[in-house]
Amino acid sequence: MTAADAHRAILAVWRIEQPRLITSLARMLRDVPLAEELTQDTLLAALERWPATGVPEKPGAWLMLTAKRRALDHLRRGRMLERKHEIIALDMETEQQAMPDFDSVLDDDIGDELLRLIFTACHPLLSREARAALALRMICGLTTEEIARAFLLPDAAIAQRIVRAKRTLSESGLTYETPSGEELSKRLSSVLEVVYLIFNEGYTATRGHDWLRPQLCNEALRMGRVLASLAPHEPEVHGLLALMELNASRTAARTDAAGEPILMLDQNRALWDQLQIQRGIRALQRTRELSGTGGFYTLQAAIVACHAQAKTADDTDWSSIAGLYAELTMLVSSPIIELNRAVAVGMAEGPEAGLSIVDRLMREPALKGYHLLPSVRGDLLRKLGRCEEARAAFEAAAALADNRREHDLLRRRAAEAAGAPAPRRPL
Amino acid sequence: MRFMSIVTSAHSGPPTAELIEAMNKLADREIKAGRMLDMGGLTPVAMGAQVRIANGQLSVIDGPFVEAKEVIGGYAIMEFRNKEEAVASAVEFMQLHKDFMPGWEGTCEVRAFAGP
Repeated sequence: MTAADAHRAILAVWRIEQPRLITSLARMLRDVPLAEELTQDTLLAALERWPATGVPEKPGAWLMLTAKRRALDHLRRGRMLERKHEIIALDMETEQQAMPDFDSVLDDDIGDELLRLIFTACHPLLSREARAALALRMICGLTTEEIARAFLLPDAAIAQRIVRAKRTLSESGLTYETPSGEELSKRLSSVLEVVYLIFNEGYTATRGHDWLRPQLCNEALRMGRVLASLAPHEPEVHGLLALMELNASRTAARTDAAGEPILMLDQNRALWDQLQIQRGIRALQRTRELSGTGGFYTLQAAIVACHAQAKTADDTDWSSIAGLYAELTMLVSSPIIELNRAVAVGMAEGPEAGLSIVDRLMREPALKGYHLLPSVRGDLLRKLGRCEEARAAFEAAAALADNRREHDLLRRRAAEAAGAPAPRRPL
Repeated sequence: MRFMSIVTSAHSGPPTAELIEAMNKLADREIKAGRMLDMGGLTPVAMGAQVRIANGQLSVIDGPFVEAKEVIGGYAIMEFRNKEEAVASAVEFMQLHKDFMPGWEGTCEVRAFAGP
């Protein structure tokens, strides 16, 4: 075994225990950034010791003992420095519960602690990017290098982001607790936003090495499943999980052999992952049982579910999709969602109905430079046989498209609409 | 990466109560950690059947199978970042057998799913 192999094997063992380590230390120390630091120290200790001694028979107990010793050392040092403070009683109590019981490693239910940790790492006080980095580090146990690679950023940038985020948490004097009542839904949406950000960073990636990106989707999915088991009564948690499972189910069908993207309606549905679709549908079912089908993520998941359950593109239930987009528009007013609704209405009720929505959107300043608006319009006009107008719309769309491949595609569609042969692609 | 772990053993008896309890706790933890996608134990091989092709002949054979030595007892489908994590998890799972069912011998085979 090479040193690199040994490193990966130790990291793998540490990661199984990492959530239990960090939550135990956070409970002892009431300080999440410090708990995270000492949990990392424990990994370093294992990397130092295990190559010589071999992985212990009960690695979890070894790691926990090492972690708790470090935390106790820390508390003792603090006590020496600030003898006057009344933390001695607390320390004695902590010390009693500090030593791990070797037989009961699996008896610890860390659920509540983990939820508290997730709420802290995803605190709305932090920027979305900082929350994402911190969540990947503290909840998924990724190293700084792995996070940097996943976001295609230099290591130093991520390290800095994490240090700053941890400092913000330390200095904010936040209480380390699970929010409740009205606060809960605000804080929960801050968590879900980060998980979805991480998922999309992996899912809609167009930059960089592809093979790194599915990892982000998988980390987000894992966090989504963790949340669904920790907060099972929150419909939007299941809604987000459903949305991610259903979108991820198409991964194998999304690109051709050359890595070129394939649009959903053109994909080979035999390549969609049925196990994952079932998991998504089940999560969506949970939102119904919880009477929470009207949420932001749940509505989007329901739309994707219509696609996932259609055996062929022609079987798609467009009128349900149009209805769901209408609900979504009422929830969050967004011209892009409205444009999507126009597409669905155009499929469900005919191009005329879709066009009337698109024409209204033409006056929307937020969509002024958005190439998909004239592109959708061109499509609808073409279906109505208004070829000259369709050509002009595709030309307008091509002029707005930044991406060369999309630009060329739109030019070809313009030429097709005009009935002329497609122009040769520029070299 | 999605992995399937398949446990095979020549032991035919049921697991001890202690082992079942430990395995349930581990499974519960893995579900809560978001890694476990699906799992199951299989009924004894005597209740199964084999559909076989040999020498160009297709045949259906009902259990028990005299020649079967190690048989599949159960499986789990789990999501890991890499093979090392899948192996670490299988080691932990097998350690439970060592601790809670002394004398048991068997294999946990860890295989990655083909595909993207």
